[in-house]
Amino acid sequence: MTVILGQLFTGVSIGAVLLLIALGLSLTFGQMNVINMAHGEFIMAGAYTTYVLQKSISGAGISLIVALPVAFLVSGALGALLEWLLIRRLYLRPLDTLLVTWGVSLMLQQLARDIFGAPNVQTRAPDVLTGHITVIGGDDPLTFANSRLFILGLAVTAVVALSLTLRLTPLGRRIRAVVQNRDLAEVSGISTGRVDRTAFFIGSGLAGVAGVALTLVGPIGPTMGTNVIIDAFLVIVVGGIGQLKGSVIVAFVLGALQSVLEYSTTVSVAKVLVLVAIVAFLQWRPQGLYTLRTRSLV
Amino acid sequence: MTTTTPLAPKAGRLPGGRRRFTAARPAAGFVAAALVLFAVAPLALSDFRLGLLAKYLCTAIVAVGICLAWGRGGLLTLGQGVFFGLGGYAMAMHLKIADAGPGHVPDFMQLYGTATELPWWWRPFANPVFAIAATVLLPMAVAAILGSFIFRRRVKGAYFAILSQALAAAFAIWLVGQQATTGGTNGLTDIQGFFGYDLNDPVNQRMVYFVIAAVLLLLIALARQLMHSRYGELLVAVRDSEERVRFLGYDPANVKLVAYVVAAGMAGLAGALFVPAVGIISPALVGIVPSIELVIGAAVGGRASLTGAVLGAIGVAWARTALSEEFPAAWTYFQGLLFIVALAFLPGGLASLAAIVKRRRRNQGLSGDTA
Amino acid sequence: MAAGAGALAAMVALSACGAKTDAGGTSDKAAKADVSGDTVKVGLLNSLSGTMAISEVTVRDSLKLAIDEINASGGVLGKQIKPISEDGASDWPTFAEKASKLIREDRVAATFGCWTSASRKAVKPVFEKNKSLLFYPVQYEGLEQSPYIFYTGATTNQQIVPGLDYLKSQGRKRIYLVGSDYVFPRTANKEIRAYAKANGMTVLGEDYAPLGSTEFSTIANKVKASKADAVFNTLNGDSNVAFFKEYKSAGLTAKGMPVVSVSIAEEEVKSIGAQYLAGQLTAWNYYQTTPGAANTRFVKAYKAKYGQDKPTSDPMEAAYTSVYLWKAMVEKAKSFDPEKVKAASDGITFDAPEGKVTVDGATQHIYKTARIGRIGSDGLIKQVWDSGKPIKPDPYLKGYDWASGLS
Repeated sequence: MTVILGQLFTGVSIGAVLLLIALGLSLTFGQMNVINMAHGEFIMAGAYTTYVLQKSISGAGISLIVALPVAFLVSGALGALLEWLLIRRLYLRPLDTLLVTWGVSLMLQQLARDIFGAPNVQTRAPDVLTGHITVIGGDDPLTFANSRLFILGLAVTAVVALSLTLRLTPLGRRIRAVVQNRDLAEVSGISTGRVDRTAFFIGSGLAGVAGVALTLVGPIGPTMGTNVIIDAFLVIVVGGIGQLKGSVIVAFVLGALQSVLEYSTTVSVAKVLVLVAIVAFLQWRPQGLYTLRTRSLV
Repeated sequence: MTTTTPLAPKAGRLPGGRRRFTAARPAAGFVAAALVLFAVAPLALSDFRLGLLAKYLCTAIVAVGICLAWGRGGLLTLGQGVFFGLGGYAMAMHLKIADAGPGHVPDFMQLYGTATELPWWWRPFANPVFAIAATVLLPMAVAAILGSFIFRRRVKGAYFAILSQALAAAFAIWLVGQQATTGGTNGLTDIQGFFGYDLNDPVNQRMVYFVIAAVLLLLIALARQLMHSRYGELLVAVRDSEERVRFLGYDPANVKLVAYVVAAGMAGLAGALFVPAVGIISPALVGIVPSIELVIGAAVGGRASLTGAVLGAIGVAWARTALSEEFPAAWTYFQGLLFIVALAFLPGGLASLAAIVKRRRRNQGLSGDTA
Repeated sequence: MAAGAGALAAMVALSACGAKTDAGGTSDKAAKADVSGDTVKVGLLNSLSGTMAISEVTVRDSLKLAIDEINASGGVLGKQIKPISEDGASDWPTFAEKASKLIREDRVAATFGCWTSASRKAVKPVFEKNKSLLFYPVQYEGLEQSPYIFYTGATTNQQIVPGLDYLKSQGRKRIYLVGSDYVFPRTANKEIRAYAKANGMTVLGEDYAPLGSTEFSTIANKVKASKADAVFNTLNGDSNVAFFKEYKSAGLTAKGMPVVSVSIAEEEVKSIGAQYLAGQLTAWNYYQTTPGAANTRFVKAYKAKYGQDKPTSDPMEAAYTSVYLWKAMVEKAKSFDPEKVKAASDGITFDAPEGKVTVDGATQHIYKTARIGRIGSDGLIKQVWDSGKPIKPDPYLKGYDWASGLS
């Protein structure tokens, strides 16, 4: 019983990590249709931000808290810069964007290697986040890792904040207007260029936040972004482009699926099965779980 | 051979919509390419460099298929690594069985597997005819199954790209997990012979190079015929306006499927030829990263132009070697920069440069006349 | 088209004279090393980009240190060593290409490097075909003995077997195996199972994660549920960071269920954090804290060259040692010729940072002292047990009855 509950929690926590790394993409890829392969490197930038901050702020807890907004700004600025330099020239060519940002990602990885050294770097987690809470005691205790609970909380907060921003603020309205009909938004007096850049700033900034969270559970090194990027894209694709709720559901379903399969088979087999399941699912629902209803033929 | 035309004025459209058809120029280009590949290169390059060129030509063969499927058909084939790998493994399995000799299993199976006999799915590959046919037909069959679903469900663009990548990742992870039968991460290495010829002999290495070069030229000719046929026109039409083609009574799914399957077959053949040229096939060649690298060469050169795609693939592979030899610690900067500049600022690839220059010159000439 | 047909004909004509596989020994095609000038070139083949760069860059640094030292003290046979560095890019076919380039274009006298078993397997035929030497500095899974490779890292009986002996002596007999999904862990675990069977130990589970995988909650849960006495860890690189973070979060401790790792050295400790690792065990042949004048000198020189915060580790030490061993072999052979160097190799000794090492000419491995260490909260590894004397390398485990079914 505790094993099942434990795996259930594992599924939720894998889902939370997936959601957090994919959340920024739901904006840049989901809303703006930009396949940004450098998104993983923005996650990396967030993680390195944590590392740099820890060198100047001694308390592990405080530096982690400070790192969240700072990483958001750092990665967001990188994203806005990328948008301004390259991506705005490529809005009509989504697939070229993929290859160009792949080049960017190669360069950012090498840059990280040259600045911080090739080996991984370490950050200290506050002691409370390396522990766990015991839900059921006894001989076979059921425990939840605090770091995972923190990430879950962070993911939920980020989703709520993002959806509120999109739904309630003038900025959110402008973003949605541009996504739904760029030309109409333009003639209605919205500066689409500025909206694009802002949306890209927020999406990339969320990658930075994910990077801070990943320092609690994974390595901090030049290739950490490449390890997660495809998973993140899959969450968005399966969830349905342009739909936040689809991504949320899919992240947790994939997390649960991964954890069940990992437990009953092996990690490698689980990974293959999940990918095959995704491919099969997309054959069935090529537009993902939720689709934006449009009357467009294409 | 060249099919480049000036960039269409509308952004987001690729060249190759309409071509002026002159028969003399392509033929001359073809002869020149044959001369370079069969006469100049073998004389000018050392055995080592010629071996590298053989490897680059394999990526060029993949690029021919990419040019067809992506450049003309608009299908971003980001999973070519899978087909390359299928072809490569089919060939390598046969060569490993042949190396081991009758009654023995390949060396790595003795080490990592407990198997004293070949797994059932290895056995057919002992037959050379089956193995050679499989290098092309296996990828084509997989592509046909996959494509018929995907195109009928009208999956396209970004979805198709991500889907292909997921597949490439799954295939690579699966290969790694089956160490006893696929060699795992190591892949199939240490291949000694190629249908009875000793690959350690430089003369035979040269032979492999010539085979690859000949296959490349043949496939270029084939692709060119295909592109200039009625089918080729239809493919471009599907790329530019799928709905109109549908309303005209054609089924775009079938049109795309043919291009996708042919491209897969070419990638498989390239993988098969890569094995004797380099002596190894491993999961490192089939995953997401190599799949992207295969596409990037064609994109840098010019996806819609056969010449551009082929030269681009060779050029990018060569640049990778040259840059990493010269700057072992910093070459990825240059590589990244090359991709960015070529793709962000030259959407038609380097092949469009010539056209741009020509147009500029013509415009200048005109303005000179009026002045 | 006509050109194509002509070319095809030319191709057939040209290829007609190639040797058949069954034609027996072909002529000597070995690329001769270029030692004509007052320098001798050697190749350094490491991943400087890609996932493996995290480990291999430090090996390259260490190789360069040894070369600088040798050059400063007069070089080899009066020639200065000129290192040529190539990037294997964490990609096995690239390793093969670069090895070929070093041997045939640069005509190096010897090559140092490679880390993963996959990269070694990829370059092995290249070195054998060209009859050139590779010095491989990393512990590996054994069951290999190429005539053109010198293995200066530990083979199984110098690292894994002592690690198991230690666990057994501590009464920890129910073990769980965790590893990355590639050759070294899978082969090592096969050997561990054979050992366990013969020594009354139980293997409770065996799990693999894909290389680079960073999601370990399920594995941690499985390990926890197994209630094993100890974990034998053959994870590589990035995965270790995620594994140990998860391990600690799951409430597993070094006291209750220690982890013996064979791929975590000082460099990795630094990137994972002593916070997560303190108290865990490692099996190696060298630690930064290993006593001895040779090591004090090595650590000091390394830190002076690359920075005071840079630790030294077993693979770095094995790489450093490999250059000196090659130098000693060349000087004994009075030649850079690989065949003569090989012939001179047996019995060559070097006062290495890990202690005195001796080359075993028959296997081309070296005698090494096994050392079990415990990771301290300062990030350094302190030795808790050693084998007393250097262990004779036995790559095929011929001296162990339980291993008879393995190869």
